[in-house]
Amino acid sequence: MATDGPHNVPTPKPGNDLVQIGAPPAKAPKLELEAVRQQLSTARGPQYWRSLEELADHEGFAEMMEREFPRHVSEWTDAVSRRGFLKLMSASLALAGLSACTKQPDETIVPYVQQPEELIPGVPQYYATARPSAMGAQPLLVKSHMYRPIKVEGNPEHASSRGASDVYSQASVLDVYDPDRSQTITYLGNTRTWGDFLGALRDAAGGEKAKQGTGLRFLTETVTSPTLAAQFRQVLAAFPQARLYQYEPVNRDSARAGSRLAFGQYVDAQYQLENADVIVSLDADFLGGPYFPNFLKLAKDFAGRRKLDGKEMNRLYVVESQMSPTGGKADNRLALRAWEVEQFAAALAGAVGAGGNGTVDSDAAKRFMSTLAADLKAHSGRCVVIPGEQQTPAVHALAAAMNSALGAVGKTVIYTDTVEPVPSEQMLGIKELVDEMKAGKVSLLVMLGGNPVFNVPADLDLKGGLEKVPLRIQLSAYKDETSRYCHWQVAQAHYLESWSDARAFDGTVTVVQPLIEPLYGGRTAHDILGILSETPGQSSYDLVKAYWKSQSKAADFDAEWRRILHDGFVAGSQFPAKTVSAKAVAVPAPAKKDQLEIVFRPDPSIYDGRYINNGWLQELAKPITKLTWDNAVLMSYNYAIANKYHDQQTVEINVGGRKVKGGVKIVPGHPDGSITVHLGYGREFTGRVGAGTGFNAYALRTGANANTALGATLTPVDGKWQLAVTQHHHLIEGNHVINADLAQGQSLAGEAAVSRGMIRSAVLEEFEKNPNFANEGAFEAPPLDMTLFGENGHYSWTTDPAKTSAHQWGMTIDLNSCVGCNTCVIACQAENNIPVVGKEQVLMGREMQWLRIDAYFQSAASDVANPRLYFQPVPCMHCENAPCEPVCPVGATVHSPEGLNNMVYNRCVGTRYCSNNCPYKVRRFNFLLYADFDTESLKGVRNPDVSVRSRGVMEKCTYCVQRITGARIQAEKEDRKVRDGEVVTACQQACPTDAIVFGDMNDPNSRVNKIKKQQRNYAMLAEVNTRPRTTYVASVLNPNMQLENRVEKKSEHGG
Amino acid sequence: MADSPEKTRGNPSEPGVSPPVIAPGYSFGQVTEKISNVVLTPYTPWSWLGGFFIAFGIMNVLLIAVGWLFLKGTGIWGVNIPIGWGFAIINFVWWIGIGHAGTLISAILLLFKQSWRTSINRFAEAMTLFAVVCAGMFPLIHTGRPWLAAYWLLPYPNTMGLWPQFRSPLIWDVFAVSTYLTVSLLFWYTGLIPDVATFRDKAKNPVAKFMYGMMSMGWRGSARHWHRYETAYLLLAGLSTPLVLSVHTVVSWDFSVSVIPGWHATIFPPYFVAGAIYSGFAMVLTLAIPIRAAYNMQDFITDRHLNNMAKVMLATGLVVGYGYMTEAFFGWYSANQYEAFMIKNRAFGPYAPTYWALIFCNILTPQTLWFKKVRSNVPLLFVIALIVNVGMWLERFVIVVTSLHRDYVPSSWGLYHPTVWDWATYLGTIGLFVSLMFLFIRVLPMISIFEVRTLLPQARVKAE
Repeated sequence: MATDGPHNVPTPKPGNDLVQIGAPPAKAPKLELEAVRQQLSTARGPQYWRSLEELADHEGFAEMMEREFPRHVSEWTDAVSRRGFLKLMSASLALAGLSACTKQPDETIVPYVQQPEELIPGVPQYYATARPSAMGAQPLLVKSHMYRPIKVEGNPEHASSRGASDVYSQASVLDVYDPDRSQTITYLGNTRTWGDFLGALRDAAGGEKAKQGTGLRFLTETVTSPTLAAQFRQVLAAFPQARLYQYEPVNRDSARAGSRLAFGQYVDAQYQLENADVIVSLDADFLGGPYFPNFLKLAKDFAGRRKLDGKEMNRLYVVESQMSPTGGKADNRLALRAWEVEQFAAALAGAVGAGGNGTVDSDAAKRFMSTLAADLKAHSGRCVVIPGEQQTPAVHALAAAMNSALGAVGKTVIYTDTVEPVPSEQMLGIKELVDEMKAGKVSLLVMLGGNPVFNVPADLDLKGGLEKVPLRIQLSAYKDETSRYCHWQVAQAHYLESWSDARAFDGTVTVVQPLIEPLYGGRTAHDILGILSETPGQSSYDLVKAYWKSQSKAADFDAEWRRILHDGFVAGSQFPAKTVSAKAVAVPAPAKKDQLEIVFRPDPSIYDGRYINNGWLQELAKPITKLTWDNAVLMSYNYAIANKYHDQQTVEINVGGRKVKGGVKIVPGHPDGSITVHLGYGREFTGRVGAGTGFNAYALRTGANANTALGATLTPVDGKWQLAVTQHHHLIEGNHVINADLAQGQSLAGEAAVSRGMIRSAVLEEFEKNPNFANEGAFEAPPLDMTLFGENGHYSWTTDPAKTSAHQWGMTIDLNSCVGCNTCVIACQAENNIPVVGKEQVLMGREMQWLRIDAYFQSAASDVANPRLYFQPVPCMHCENAPCEPVCPVGATVHSPEGLNNMVYNRCVGTRYCSNNCPYKVRRFNFLLYADFDTESLKGVRNPDVSVRSRGVMEKCTYCVQRITGARIQAEKEDRKVRDGEVVTACQQACPTDAIVFGDMNDPNSRVNKIKKQQRNYAMLAEVNTRPRTTYVASVLNPNMQLENRVEKKSEHGG
Repeated sequence: MADSPEKTRGNPSEPGVSPPVIAPGYSFGQVTEKISNVVLTPYTPWSWLGGFFIAFGIMNVLLIAVGWLFLKGTGIWGVNIPIGWGFAIINFVWWIGIGHAGTLISAILLLFKQSWRTSINRFAEAMTLFAVVCAGMFPLIHTGRPWLAAYWLLPYPNTMGLWPQFRSPLIWDVFAVSTYLTVSLLFWYTGLIPDVATFRDKAKNPVAKFMYGMMSMGWRGSARHWHRYETAYLLLAGLSTPLVLSVHTVVSWDFSVSVIPGWHATIFPPYFVAGAIYSGFAMVLTLAIPIRAAYNMQDFITDRHLNNMAKVMLATGLVVGYGYMTEAFFGWYSANQYEAFMIKNRAFGPYAPTYWALIFCNILTPQTLWFKKVRSNVPLLFVIALIVNVGMWLERFVIVVTSLHRDYVPSSWGLYHPTVWDWATYLGTIGLFVSLMFLFIRVLPMISIFEVRTLLPQARVKAE
């Protein structure tokens, strides 16, 4: 210690190094202790210590230290001795103490003096709400953990959901936490306060008021909220000349116009598929997803008649202009170009006596039409015809006429008021608005939601019109293309942040309840209309409540209101059936038959483009194409081969001089002479997730030809358009054109899937003859007691009941019910904190979804253009003889006594041997750090019951072990066994068609056990003796055998 | 000990026809001089320096590639689902296979008293060691979390009572490879001791003298030393012999224990062992031919050596070819559609070019070795050895990638495209291997001095 002596010299001598370091004032600004204190007081955590280090490096630091602490200053320049180090530490602590002299910074912490009554940390709460949509509100039940909405489920008590949900609802919870959402109110791009906006809007409104609102125009998305409609009526009372336009690019114009043609008024058709024995879809993708009105109810009712549980099986005929999930579920399917569907409908209408004059060209179509007409007539009163949303008004009118002629009205279809209080034909409306704007008649334009600059028809000069409007206000969730053309942009609150109401498709009034305060201070349409109506400053909550109070007849409205909020809907508020009579309509013969047709469809994943910044949806493989992160130019095999196109080839589409480039994707079953493009991609201004994905199909779409256009041309362009697909439908990819193989019917992956017994299927007649078709021949499972090691050498819960645990979990998936809508995939992603990996990683084959839906096309060799489609959801099979388990060198994947194949993330070192050895390839590996540990807002959406996996770790479906554990804990508390139906996996809960059933195989009365006892139940790859716990219920089709030339008459899996 | 039997044992196949295993006219001292002069000289040839620095540069590519790998994760490679193993495992098996020649030459040929092995065993052993070093790296770095894999795969006692999963072939691998590395190292080092002692005695540089002195562990060449040395060497040879069979058998279990068509095959252990020896001899030839030219060692590594090695290659190559045929046969005979598809997909699927290239390299090319003219044409032999090296790498590529990329469920089929980092890692290990070889040649006797001296006719005279 004596050697340290010299360092103890307390005062620095002038002229030594120290002073020189601190001296030159020109180089370094003088440090003041107070300033330092200030600086440090705002820093926290690691930032604080970093600030401290930076400070010590500051040139003025030594000088300041000399001034403030003259005795210790020499320590700072010494080489660090042990003693010096200790002093350095104490000085650091002294500095750390500096900030203690000031007040702690204000932080919002949550010290419960009195804990809210219903909140138990770790125990989630559920609130009823709804996702508003032009297709009718989707009633929801949202799980909230510590006031954070983390998971969306369907509202089981609501008739429009019955517990099921859809992809957009499931994924919408991610949007709440999207860091790219608009977070402020801006005026010409500069941040403003709500007060500023209020002032500006009031001033402008004042001017309008004097003119009776002549220049005031509202442009909204489809309004389905009765309260909002009432507010509009108030506003219109104050501004009698003001007008409301509704516009969404994916709208129900055809249905509206068709309804006008047939009935002379706007009505919605509500199909009652539970009563229908024969269902005809005229290009209606009613099983595809929430882009079809009332999808959840239709899918559930359709599947309800295909469970072979005693109810007679229905038969679905589909005539369609592209390969859709509905077409995939069809018993008999006919691919026609979109314009031919109208002719087909007219011919069919004529054939069933509803009046019609269409001409059907091909023999196949003629035969299909006449057979179908006969079947419809034979099932009069028990059949229904559903027109497609993207079909022409005439098809809708013809369908109405047919339903009427076939006695379907009142049985399989009823007509009611429309979901929107103010129904309109939106394409006409938006054109009128643009004309008004261009004529300079609009002085104040308020846009409530929507992104019209991006998605109006390409022949409308909306931008030019907007420039003539002196004041343009937009309420939107994102800074988008439209925001650039607006003076004011107000951040819109997410529906999970807002109070509102909406009608479900059946008319049931459904309350939109917020789950969380607006994260970014967003506002609702109610707020903005509130400024203009007589009720400024009234909260959305008050408005909604007041409106329903005015509508209620209940004596005690508060009690009634509590009930409404609890249930999420107003009981008994569904629309009553209207009596309308349909008129027959005539269709003109089409002029230009041979031109290439282009069909515009909403995207199954990102809808009309509004979900483009949602990573879950972007990475969701579209039901048919299995394409992610892109749209594509979809075309048939024959068309591609005839014109020498191949997958991922860049082509330029030219429709009437409007040109867009995209990548080709060949789709089995697509009609020839037609291409399909999905809308919504190719955004110019969007968030980080959506930027640079796909091409803009709106640029090709005109108001007159919003759904289909004839006369498109395709030109090949140099370059490859990389399409990230998760499953290839044919064996040879890329530039290898598939012709040679195709000629032999060999190239479809589905061929292999069927011959390998992944998919087992029979037609109803065969099934009735041989109910055991799924478990015969090559696919017979080895006997359970087969072992090399004698009686005691083999672990199996089935052969050794003494060893079985209380529960043995198992799952069944009904291939007959699955419609491939993908809801389960997103539900699983949301429940299990599954990361999004991005297009590049998907291209490399590294998507992370635990549950995938395989889509297999299978066709007879002679009829490749007309394949069958099978959907097969594949989660982890939880094999009893799991091949993954013995190969893991560290025992990171192990079997639980309850039969789960568990993954121990902490123990996993990532050899990937388990994945290699998994015959089902259901394991997913974190090749890179996929989970986002940095973005603060995204932490909110995570399920706290599930760990977030880091890099280098294998993961896979757990059968939602957190839900099993939750139920077990509850059961143990109540000293009972877990009841059947108490554990519901996320995929099962979301499924609109009840295709997935999960439960205890030890319970003889459980649903899953009953289904597993069916003869149709089979295990995929049973011959490998993995003994999967997830089993499938084989598909049984009910085709009209007169039309059946695709499927061989014998049992299909024989080959 | 009679003269003639020894001689016949030396030339079992072609007595009197083949050239001797050492050129005539050497004295004991000349042998020692010639071999030690390569090392005990202050003069480092420019060719050595140039070659070493190129190899060292390539080795640095490995450091960069592995550094980036540790920073980012295995995602920098082309591996995916379903192809969970890619270059890393291919390279692992390839290197470990190469490592088999050393032990075979040292141990098995020693036990079989194949005295011609004497002049090539030293650097074959060194090659083995370096190849195992390269190989051993891959199973570790290919894991998702190598910092944990580094010790979780070892059975060490811990308070959590956690052990590795002994049913996994990857654990068997850990034991097999680490045992092999240990025994190979011991064997090599034991064999070095007498020669290092010679260097110690001859070295002029004090540092070299000190280092060799340390390494020679007090070897004085007494009869007792020799007695113990020979016992130990023989014991180690006995210990190594089963390892030649076991290591690659265990490596083959990494595949054959699985349920994947193309992996799950009973032929794998013998087929892998033969393949390993095949590739090992190819690599010995690849190294021996340039080295003997560079250091004028044609007198010690004679054409007869090359000839013999070519014969071993031909024999093992035929076994490997038999393995391929068996796989194809069972694809049909098993009546299992997955097996049948696997073979069809290998031959005609997206990776068909690799399969046919493999057939060309491993089956067709070595058939030329039936001809003595080919076996005695040194440049041609070098080219054939290189082709076999490539072929054996392709074999592992075909086994690993084409089996995985289309297994059971057609929806999950995919393709594997190696990335630049895959190649960098692979080339980097070649850099490491060559760098180590260069260092070895410069600082240690590349040919066993004392053993070569026993080949001299004088040695036999003395024995009598």
